[in-house]
Amino acid sequence: MKPKNFLMIPMLLLSGLALQFPIHLRAQESKVIEITAKRFAFTPNEITLKKGETVKLRVVSEDVVHGLYLKPLKIDADIQPGKTTEITVTPQTVGKFTAICDHFCGVNHGNMKMTIAVEE
Amino acid sequence: MKEISRRSFMRIAGMSLGVGALYQVLPVKLNAENDEIFNWMGKKNGERPAPFSFVQLSDTHVGFNGPPNPLGTKAFERAVEVVNKLPQRPDLVLFTGDLTHDSEDKDVHGARMKLFQQISSQLHVPLIKCVPGEHDAGLDGGQLFRESFGDTSYSFDHKGVHFIALDNVSRAKPEVGAERIAWLTKDVARFSKSTPIVVFTHRPLFDLRPEWEWFTSDGDEVMNVLSPYENVTVLYGHIHRDHDHEEGHAKHHAARSLIFAFPDPESTAEKKPLPFDKDHPFRNLGIHTVSENGRGEASVQSVELGEVELSLREFSSTEGIQQMLKAGVMK
Repeated sequence: MKPKNFLMIPMLLLSGLALQFPIHLRAQESKVIEITAKRFAFTPNEITLKKGETVKLRVVSEDVVHGLYLKPLKIDADIQPGKTTEITVTPQTVGKFTAICDHFCGVNHGNMKMTIAVEE
Repeated sequence: MKEISRRSFMRIAGMSLGVGALYQVLPVKLNAENDEIFNWMGKKNGERPAPFSFVQLSDTHVGFNGPPNPLGTKAFERAVEVVNKLPQRPDLVLFTGDLTHDSEDKDVHGARMKLFQQISSQLHVPLIKCVPGEHDAGLDGGQLFRESFGDTSYSFDHKGVHFIALDNVSRAKPEVGAERIAWLTKDVARFSKSTPIVVFTHRPLFDLRPEWEWFTSDGDEVMNVLSPYENVTVLYGHIHRDHDHEEGHAKHHAARSLIFAFPDPESTAEKKPLPFDKDHPFRNLGIHTVSENGRGEASVQSVELGEVELSLREFSSTEGIQQMLKAGVMK
């Protein structure tokens, strides 16, 4: 890595743009999982988390406003198109959960969901 | 006044007609004592209670035509016939949302709303009241619904019962919203705690099955507003099947759909419509109605009408006398 990049990091952190950096530069930070929402599916449609481990879900919509809702993991976010929505999750319960789009997005909205598995 | 039995006052009871639900609101006994109570309630609530019945229909999804039901509006049309043939004409019909199937083409969606109005206008009832579902109002914030039907949340009184249409869909999410909850709080504040209240809405106001989107995120706030009221009945649709739930003073009842049915979530993890059965095209679709057997008890019956499965069963009751006795008003 070029030295000037090291100088840029504190500046970017201060300006709130640190998330633009690749994960390996933020080794001490939470694991990040990228999720794409597009009518009427999430990609990936299944992710696995570890109990007690904090992760950041970075969700982007490719078309309209979507939602991501999963009450047991306290996930409740609106996903606006054109911006990245970051959701921090620290699951405390092991199991297989279904997260849904809870922002009505069209005719097959009722089938827009993803599985979030939480392991020990 | 001598002591009056709790059960001798008035009740709302419901029965499934297989294509919706029929409810009847009536005094258990018409006698001098009840007459006095009715006069008191009329003075207190602004309208003297009187017997009447009403019907709940739900989830007609006009415009839908697919594998779970290739017959389009046929079940809806059948339901209209069923209601029109009821021996006692209901005073009103409540539609609990998803009147139409959504379309991103405003003209197409508008035409579906017009077709809904055309079919529902065939009902021989004095009053028809609607609340939107997410397929009516989720994409445009309820604009087209308002243009076609008026407000998405409103209230009215009918023969001593306070009816509240509560929109929990037009914010696109399963929620009522703080503004509407404030309106509700103001709306019910003028009523005595014994007033029979019927809330009709689209989604369940409790967590029935959140992973199937069978919930309202701020439903508990709504029920907190209603919790001081002794006689609250919540009628809803959305889940395309019967369901009864009781919590505090409130009884919640879902009506079947008039397009296709969803399975029992206890029996499967998949939210997938029950398959169409061409030999029994209206199976699992339905109406709700209410009646009372003259002895102060709602009856439980089952009726077959052609190919429409009609099952009649008790839904709820309301006994405002309890509140008045507690308040010492009747002593």
